[in-house]
Amino acid sequence: MRRRLRAHGRPAGPATLVELEEGQGGILDRLDLPEDEARRLMELGFLPGHRVTAALAAPGGDPRVFRVDGAEIALRRETAARLVLRRNGE
Amino acid sequence: MSSCHGCGAAQPLTEMPPGAAAPAKRKTIALVGPPNSGKSTLFNRLTGLRQKVANFPGVTVEKHVGELRLEDGTELNLIDLPGIYSLTPRSEDERVAHDVLHGKMADVPRPDGILLILDSTNLGRHLMLAAPILSLGLPTLVVLNMADDLCARGGKVDAAALASQLGAPVTLISAREGIGVDAVLRFLAGTVATPEPVELPVLQDIPKCREWVARINARARYHAPAPPVWTRRLDSVFLHPVLGPVVFGAVVVAVFQSIFTAAVPLMDGVRQLVTLSGDWLAVALPASPWRSLLVEGVWGGVGSVIVFLPQILLLFLFIGVLEDSGYLARAAVIADRTMARVGLQGKSFIPLLSAYACAVPAILATRTIENKRDRIATILIAPFMTCSARLPVYTLIIAAFIPERPLLGSALGSRAAAMLGLYLLGFLAAVVTARLLKSSVLKSHRATFILEMPPYRWPTLQSLGLRLYDRAKVFLRRAGTVILGVAVVLWILAHLPVQNGQAPPIEHSVVGVIGRTIEPLIRPLGFNWKVGVGLISSLAAREVIVGTLGAIYGMEGNAGSASLQEALRHDLTPAGAVALLVFFAFAMQCMSTIAVVRKETGGWRWPALQFAYMGALAYAGAFIANQLLR
Repeated sequence: MRRRLRAHGRPAGPATLVELEEGQGGILDRLDLPEDEARRLMELGFLPGHRVTAALAAPGGDPRVFRVDGAEIALRRETAARLVLRRNGE
Repeated sequence: MSSCHGCGAAQPLTEMPPGAAAPAKRKTIALVGPPNSGKSTLFNRLTGLRQKVANFPGVTVEKHVGELRLEDGTELNLIDLPGIYSLTPRSEDERVAHDVLHGKMADVPRPDGILLILDSTNLGRHLMLAAPILSLGLPTLVVLNMADDLCARGGKVDAAALASQLGAPVTLISAREGIGVDAVLRFLAGTVATPEPVELPVLQDIPKCREWVARINARARYHAPAPPVWTRRLDSVFLHPVLGPVVFGAVVVAVFQSIFTAAVPLMDGVRQLVTLSGDWLAVALPASPWRSLLVEGVWGGVGSVIVFLPQILLLFLFIGVLEDSGYLARAAVIADRTMARVGLQGKSFIPLLSAYACAVPAILATRTIENKRDRIATILIAPFMTCSARLPVYTLIIAAFIPERPLLGSALGSRAAAMLGLYLLGFLAAVVTARLLKSSVLKSHRATFILEMPPYRWPTLQSLGLRLYDRAKVFLRRAGTVILGVAVVLWILAHLPVQNGQAPPIEHSVVGVIGRTIEPLIRPLGFNWKVGVGLISSLAAREVIVGTLGAIYGMEGNAGSASLQEALRHDLTPAGAVALLVFFAFAMQCMSTIAVVRKETGGWRWPALQFAYMGALAYAGAFIANQLLR
């Protein structure tokens, strides 16, 4: 909850997938993850330049389902926080 | 594990058939594709086999070989492989697919051709697998599955244009509906024209590979389908922060209540049949030791277990609906936080949920878990989940000792609530054990949880029917082999030693002596020697105890499950009954499970530890229950 409020305070919009609100989307910029995990996520569609939209989540907001490249994929908060969005660029 | 295959872990047919010495080498074709793209559904259609299929990624965790006979008489071997996203394996199941494709699997020849199965509603991502697979240089048919879905949701693709882009034949099918499968057969017969091969970029760089896919998709005029409307609608309920868990709870309560209420008339019917046929045999046959063996041993033993068939089938029907509809993946998301708290991940939830049916396929399903320590922890706790073999034991004792009273109006009765409590007890034991393991010997970094949500689909009657049929076969086979065997051995031991041509009273027979030898050990738990004999026999499989008690009481002249309840009430105190339930909730009484844990962990270390731990917990739990309630 706190993170969301902070996200509102920023003019530049959400910085990572975690800060996306339900229904909100953003363009993925990079994956700050070890090579292995980043590859798996890229195979599933989390590619830089692609649009990611936050969908529903489990109670408590974690994990959350994200829509990307025609698929719906659930990620934990800790992973979503490493997927960085492009700033100023909707 | 012979007694438990078919629980979902289908048996691979790896041997060549007798006529395999024929001159021409039989060709091998592999089915390859991303998870949940429908490989096993097509495999089943082509081979007539019944590999388990369900609607979530990672159902197939092992290679399965089947045969196919084409119209011209040519025979082929078909290999169904676990789903892969790329040729870089990350988990055990992906390694199997990788090794088969590269000809590194010892008992399988390198495939002569490939059926590449892709989900046509998801071509943007799925086509990324085409480049590395086509570059293997084997004759390949690109099968775009779920064409019915693509069409219904307004998507389309030009298969011919895609074929010339890929340099490989492409066909649209719906494996589920059986549409377009003839094109696959024509490819297998070698009568499909192959387009000019093209140079494909084998790119380690995934973004570049995705760009390549976007280019060919544009040339093949691929229109991605609209998002599945019903899936969105259902998810807004099932993944709702409040409604989601409420629906989950309601589903669980409804399942337990109907296992008790809806199954009762059917079970009574089977019981009547068993009793009537037993009575008829007793009258029709001349008095002899054989009649006694048949009526008391076989009918008393096997008959008292068969009564539970309707109940087990009902449970499997519910599990089948959950798996085939796609709800299971959502349940895994809801459960992830709880699983994270005990140190596991949501992915462990799917094997654990299928352990409610049987621990053996559940333990095989852990192959999808990438982290080795998480995988072993999940294997070790899986047998705590209440498998269907515990159901007869629980039902028998609950029906004998707990009077039926409504608790939540007609929604939940006291017996269903007691059953629910036992399921929770097993789940708690699993959770606490996981916590212990993950904070000590199996400590590891938190693994990433990534799970794809499949669209919801209607479970087909055929798929549900086949599951029930397979389950009934496994259950009856077990009744006809293990339980029958135990009943016969028990009957013989109960009639030895023969004195003056007469069988001894059962307390003085070999069975009685064995039972009374271990009695001091189990008396603190509130069990007498007959229950003790049942416990020993249930080491083979849990439900055997029902057969054993049925046979022992049958020899005392009380056959049938209803009088089995009376006999139990006479022999067990209520405290002893609770202790027995607790014992069964915790103990690892299943040869099949021990065998599969040994195979999957590669040694006796883990299964031995698991057996000792679960046995100690069962003894301690039953002891405490009996002493507290006495």
